[in-house]
Amino acid sequence: MNIRTFRIGGIHPEENKLTHEVATQVAPLPKQAIFPLSQHIGAPAKPVVQKGDKVKVGTLLAEAGGFVSAPIYSSVSGTVLKIDTAVDATGYRKPVIIINVEGDEWEETIDRSDKLETVGAHPELTPEEIVNRIKTAGVVGMGGACFPTFIKLCPPPTAKAECVIINAVECEPYITADYRLMMEHADEILVGLELLMKGAKVTRGYIGIETNKPAAIDLLTKKCAEVFSASEYTVEVVPLKQRYPQGGEKQLVDAVIRRQVPAPPAIPVNVGAIVQNVGTAFAVYEAVMKHKPLFERYTTVTGKRLEKPGNFLVRMGTPMQDLINLCGGMPEGDNKVLAGGPMMGKALTSIEVPICKGTNSVTILSDDDAVRQVPQSCIRCGKCVDVCPMGLEPYLLAKLSSFKQWERAEKEDVVSCIECGSCQFTCPAHRPLLDNIRQGKSTVMGIIRSRAAAAAPKK
Amino acid sequence: MGKLIVSLSPHAHGTDSVERNMYGVIIALLPALLASFWFFGLGSAVVCLTSVVACVLFEWAINRFIFGNRQNTVLDGSAALTGLLLGMNLPSNLPLWIIVIGALFAIGVGKMTFGGLGQNIFNPALVGRCVLLVAFPAQMTTWPKAGNLLVYPVSSDPVDGLTGATPLSLMKQAITSDEPQKYLDQLPSTLDLLLGNHVNAAGALGAGTIGEVCALALIIGLCFMLWRKIITWHTPVSIIGTVFVVSGLMYLIDPAHYASPVQVILSGGLMLGAIFMATDYVTSPMTHKGQLIYGVCIGLLTIVIRNWGAYPEGMSFAILIMNAFTPLINNYVKPKRFGEVPAKQ
Repeated sequence: MNIRTFRIGGIHPEENKLTHEVATQVAPLPKQAIFPLSQHIGAPAKPVVQKGDKVKVGTLLAEAGGFVSAPIYSSVSGTVLKIDTAVDATGYRKPVIIINVEGDEWEETIDRSDKLETVGAHPELTPEEIVNRIKTAGVVGMGGACFPTFIKLCPPPTAKAECVIINAVECEPYITADYRLMMEHADEILVGLELLMKGAKVTRGYIGIETNKPAAIDLLTKKCAEVFSASEYTVEVVPLKQRYPQGGEKQLVDAVIRRQVPAPPAIPVNVGAIVQNVGTAFAVYEAVMKHKPLFERYTTVTGKRLEKPGNFLVRMGTPMQDLINLCGGMPEGDNKVLAGGPMMGKALTSIEVPICKGTNSVTILSDDDAVRQVPQSCIRCGKCVDVCPMGLEPYLLAKLSSFKQWERAEKEDVVSCIECGSCQFTCPAHRPLLDNIRQGKSTVMGIIRSRAAAAAPKK
Repeated sequence: MGKLIVSLSPHAHGTDSVERNMYGVIIALLPALLASFWFFGLGSAVVCLTSVVACVLFEWAINRFIFGNRQNTVLDGSAALTGLLLGMNLPSNLPLWIIVIGALFAIGVGKMTFGGLGQNIFNPALVGRCVLLVAFPAQMTTWPKAGNLLVYPVSSDPVDGLTGATPLSLMKQAITSDEPQKYLDQLPSTLDLLLGNHVNAAGALGAGTIGEVCALALIIGLCFMLWRKIITWHTPVSIIGTVFVVSGLMYLIDPAHYASPVQVILSGGLMLGAIFMATDYVTSPMTHKGQLIYGVCIGLLTIVIRNWGAYPEGMSFAILIMNAFTPLINNYVKPKRFGEVPAKQ
């Protein structure tokens, strides 16, 4: 089989997968857990608890605040201390629920056994029931984007889903949480995939894995043959050539089924694909089969200067400081702490920020890795154009944005930018291309929205 | 605990840098430079060194005294590269003061008037060369006598110098001549053109500029730059390919008057221009599609100037003309956006 990959651009950042072979540890409970109400794309959740309320592990803390939203469940048992604001990964103060942890008492509805439940053994699970359980459990995309999962399973009437693609690419340097999850819970992930396929009413599934994880490719290929050979489902493990940003939804669809999602507002399901992260597949399994809402996740805590980097099963709401301490504490000197990996992660202003639904990694960059180099003049080498996975011209978009030429920037498709950072990674002159493009993209998107709003009432 | 450093993503950067590319091109020029030492001796070293030193000094001085000490770009290697390329575009017996004038035009007019690195429209080294070619036509087409490796300058006086025919002027004379074979017979063999080992009827060595003498050394430089991913194949291959195909057609139609396409692509400044001058980042198009258009047009213009223009060599002018079209190409030629590539299975 020839090894596939996406067809435009891409880069090869240094891998730095320091924790590939470090087995997952269960992180201890925090003393205090912090639950931001915005852990997903869409409307913030609305609190349903009050100060002083007693909660258990799995108790609903906040309900979905709109259609595009997700409920939030407690990951700990204890007392609601207050509903307040705290700095989150964006650097802004946002509404949070803070809980003082007491003991570890779980809601009785949650099945805590290790028994593997199969879809075949549960005929009561109709597609509607599966989608409903995913929605109720607050499952969102676990790869970092945090889009509510149930919405992806219910495509708009103009599109028809044909397959589910599991994103097991993990193309960001450093992060190994998805890899560990695959090695430790392959069976559950495959049941999760079956649930996703059943929920989306499709029979084709793919699992896209980069070739730097041969053990995961072998394991899942073997398990797929066991699980799906006699079933109505066709599932294929697709080894992919290592290349960033292969984990981007559009790039993954292109790599796996050779179809390109058109420019926004089109989404992958417009070409028939529903993409879900492996972590999401696991969360779906737990939500549907074990009645366990989404309140814990696999997270990598890593960095070249960390004493003991590792992979952890973490209760959400745990401050990152606790995890960093488990790895031997912050390295000496100035550091950059990222929620996520070095290509797309957010630099934190405080290490008290809690682990959320989308926190796949806490990456600590030290010394020279933590600081940018001084930008020089653009030498017009065109390397940014070569590597852009969206076929854009980053040098031009950055320039148009810094000159506030919004109309021209819109014409040059600035809104198609996926903010992967390949251009800035490559730029020999160390120019802050993505800083400028991001500003152009958000301004142009604002202009497009206000134009649509102005046009709407006339109809 | 130290400070927390905060910035926007991406937080990682590749190993590429302006310096890596500039010095990479200089390294790629070394085989051709060594070949020129072999054939031209001391003269080649003196001319190139003078040109590099003059360009670097002009860059430093203009940054320091005219731009008022802004971030000084003198160490990024671009001025040294311009100097080396200018030197390699000159004859090895050119007087020093002419070289310095060339360097002043290259850096002062070609580069810094536009704002320095990245801002110039025209290839600075070619600006310098073409100014000299127009201003000092005699000195710029006088070639050193073969064999005087340790002497500089070799007959710098244009009256005494050896102006003998270059392969390109022989080819040009053959086109209009009634006895074309007389000129074509004087052309060096293909192997000699490739290696740079040829002496013309007047006893002048190489009969060309320092850099263009050994095509093979230039091709080795191209391979190095492709391997180091400093440039892509699009510009050089489209230029050389176009010249080969068009001159091949002319040769097929009228072999009596036209030289063989292999001799055409190995003669004059074509290799040096296609590999090192036309691929200049700043003055060539940003997209591969644009680079192909640019390369084909340079190839066609070169053929037109070589065969029907006033000068025997058209490479420099062809590149400068297409430099002027580069912004237009960038404006109209866009990369294929994601989503426009058709599905296939």
